[in-house]
Amino acid sequence: MNASLLTALNRIVGSRWVRHRPAELVTYAMDGLPTHESLPGVVVIPETPAQVREVVRLLHLLQVPFVARGAGTGLSGGALADPDTVLIALTRLNKILSVDPVQRRAVLQPGVVNARLSEAALPLGLHYVPDPSSQAACTVGGNVAENAGGPHCLKYGVTTNHIVALEVVLPDGSVTRLGSLQGEAWGPDLVGLFVGSEGMFGIATEITVRLERIPESVRTMLADFSTVRGASEAVSAIIAAGIVPAALEMMDRACVAAVEASIYAAGYPTDAAAVLLVELDGQTDAVEAEAATVREILSDRGAREVRSASSPADRARLWQGRKKAFGAMGRIAPDLAVQDAVVPRSALPDIMDEIEKIRRLHDLTISNVFHAGDGNLHPNISFDRRDPAVAARVRLACREIMAACVAAGGSITGEHGVGNDKLDYMSWIFNAETLGAMRAVRRAFDPSEMANPGKVVPVHACREWSVVKSLRQ
Amino acid sequence: MSNAVFTRLRALLGTTGVERDGDGVPRATPDTPDALTLVCRLAHEEGWKIRVEGRGTWLPSDAPADLAVSTRGLEQIVSVSPADLVATVQAGASLEALRRRLADYGMWLALDPPGRPERSIGSVVATATAGPLRQGFGPVRDHVLGCAVATGDGRLVNAGGRVVKNVAGFDLTKLQVGGFGGFGIIAEIHLRLRALPRADVTLLARGARDQLTSGARELIDAQVLPGALELLSPALAAEADWVLAARFVGTDPAVQADVRRLGSVGELQWQPLPADRTAAFWSVAARGTLGGPITLRLGVLGDGVDDTIDLLAHDLDEGLVSAGAGLGMIRWTGDATVDRIRSVRRAAAAREIPMTLERAPWSVRRALGHFGAYREGVGKIVGRLRDTFDPGQCLNVALEGAD
Repeated sequence: MNASLLTALNRIVGSRWVRHRPAELVTYAMDGLPTHESLPGVVVIPETPAQVREVVRLLHLLQVPFVARGAGTGLSGGALADPDTVLIALTRLNKILSVDPVQRRAVLQPGVVNARLSEAALPLGLHYVPDPSSQAACTVGGNVAENAGGPHCLKYGVTTNHIVALEVVLPDGSVTRLGSLQGEAWGPDLVGLFVGSEGMFGIATEITVRLERIPESVRTMLADFSTVRGASEAVSAIIAAGIVPAALEMMDRACVAAVEASIYAAGYPTDAAAVLLVELDGQTDAVEAEAATVREILSDRGAREVRSASSPADRARLWQGRKKAFGAMGRIAPDLAVQDAVVPRSALPDIMDEIEKIRRLHDLTISNVFHAGDGNLHPNISFDRRDPAVAARVRLACREIMAACVAAGGSITGEHGVGNDKLDYMSWIFNAETLGAMRAVRRAFDPSEMANPGKVVPVHACREWSVVKSLRQ
Repeated sequence: MSNAVFTRLRALLGTTGVERDGDGVPRATPDTPDALTLVCRLAHEEGWKIRVEGRGTWLPSDAPADLAVSTRGLEQIVSVSPADLVATVQAGASLEALRRRLADYGMWLALDPPGRPERSIGSVVATATAGPLRQGFGPVRDHVLGCAVATGDGRLVNAGGRVVKNVAGFDLTKLQVGGFGGFGIIAEIHLRLRALPRADVTLLARGARDQLTSGARELIDAQVLPGALELLSPALAAEADWVLAARFVGTDPAVQADVRRLGSVGELQWQPLPADRTAAFWSVAARGTLGGPITLRLGVLGDGVDDTIDLLAHDLDEGLVSAGAGLGMIRWTGDATVDRIRSVRRAAAAREIPMTLERAPWSVRRALGHFGAYREGVGKIVGRLRDTFDPGQCLNVALEGAD
């Protein structure tokens, strides 16, 4: 990066918040996925929305590409920047600007940590529902960029269902407001379009979210099964009964073993082929009655044991195992390739068999933890990336797992985003016309394609590129 | 011109795929998404203006055009997957046909939009007209997993997918939901379903409007969780007083718990509707929205409903009003001049309340646009998006208007 750019960035945010030495940049070389790595040219860490605007205006003027980054907990390589790119870290924009208990809205800056928002709303009897497993560290701005999910999205929806308005800095440095307090748009639903755009449409500098009342009653149950298929069928039976649990999560034997061997041990039975975590919430009477029905369904479908959390501490312990499952897998090997695919719920049992075949074929360790209620799988491969042969097998296995999910009618990502990790898979599920339209939509926000370049849309697969290629041949 | 268009379309779609409307405008009714794209491509190449139509029960078919393109030939319910709670339907399928088919599978689409049962699902999605059930089940966007869209220049773009959770690529579906056809013609939709509710109970309270809205807020505070909590004006409910209608849908225990609590919260006197009158009550309210030529949607929060209805009554008239007493949103139907509607839109904007023209004759739509004037910075984005999906400006849809 040239010196004049550094000088200008220093002027905007102060030299302490501009990082350019190699040792400083290493922190930003990866996100939560160890299979991708890239050092940014410069990291700039603004403190205010005004500084973000100034930085983006400067970069637009100089036509320097940029990548916005939250806490770096993403799992798709989406917040990685190349050496010719400026990385804008938003962690200092961490203020909760208001929490309105009457209208049940909160206004916050993008660097606010997800869990902190719910903590702030708790005294008012409210919470922010989307709860990705990384919620203790990830930022709401990152959640907006990725349209993050979490276990409780089965009943309450993902991030896009909880964002009503945004202030965004467009890649040309201009500022615009999208959406309204109620959620109705001033025109087409640009908030809906912006959420999940993976930092390629601009930077959200102020986020207005919908808060929900903390349910009056919550019942968390753990059921263990001797087969994954039995657990999967129980999931379908619960949904078919018209019950929509707040969460419906599954972990397989390998995942349970990792959790139980870690400091996050939750008391899951280690001899089970699969455990199901079912959470119901709502009015006390309704929850009690639905819990009885769910218990019956679980038993009918072959659950060996069904137990309920008897206290808030017990409930927290059951959830700890699930939420910290990725962390627990750190005991197995130094690296973890976290996958994220979706299949129609009815395809879950077959796809689990497929994953097991792929695991055997490549002689790998795969632990499965997933949002069973919505068919969102996370097959996680534990490995050591210092062994190139193993790393190559991991890449191959990831690709084969994804291909199996797509063949089952699924999608390549349910909540982690495409980033650069799944770029190659996009053409498996979208035709050239659709990819071309996505690129054009991006250019409506960012005509120069300066924001997070090279992610999400494989440009070579777009229709217009195909035409260029055919003309050259 | 009209004859030339007619002849070219017949060559493309055959004699059964083209007719003339009451004004002699050629109307194409393609019966596959591919045929729809061909019609759009032809119009794009010839520079013809297209009027987008569904089954003709919601927006008036009166936009000037060289040809009308109706989705009524696209009426297949392509697939229903009860195990996955997903259905794929063509845009011209009627709500009633869809409801019946889903019920056969024990499935349900939790949307109760205003209008007639024969209204097309494509129209509901394109105009984002959710009904009272948005209180418990969310707006239209929450029910749409993906869609296939014919662009103005005849490309078929597939947005989203058929799974309930999906963040692959940009969420182009959001642009189509409530896009009024300005970003293409929806050909096929992937819908999120629910299991047919085991219990469906409606109770009514009648009285002064402010008593009902404050009673509604008490219910929400007491964690009563209705699927719908709708305030209906006397004219819309065909009653002497305002009516607050609470509808509970779900499992038996959940509905029973809510109904028990409803009776114990606040001062309102609730009367249950007999089960055999429930469907008719909601159907009358939905059809009642067609009782005037213009329908407006105002994005107001629950605590602003009363004041905003006052504003509408003052600047327009009482009209036929349906309002979400819990989460907000007001739908007003009546008749008014362009100037008066413009004045209300300005007053609403000053209160940070967006107003969408849901339904109106072309003269009003053209003057005001569905969305009015865009806020700072939005217009250029929307302009580029329209260029993306309709580079030849064939789709005659008035999204923007002068405020």
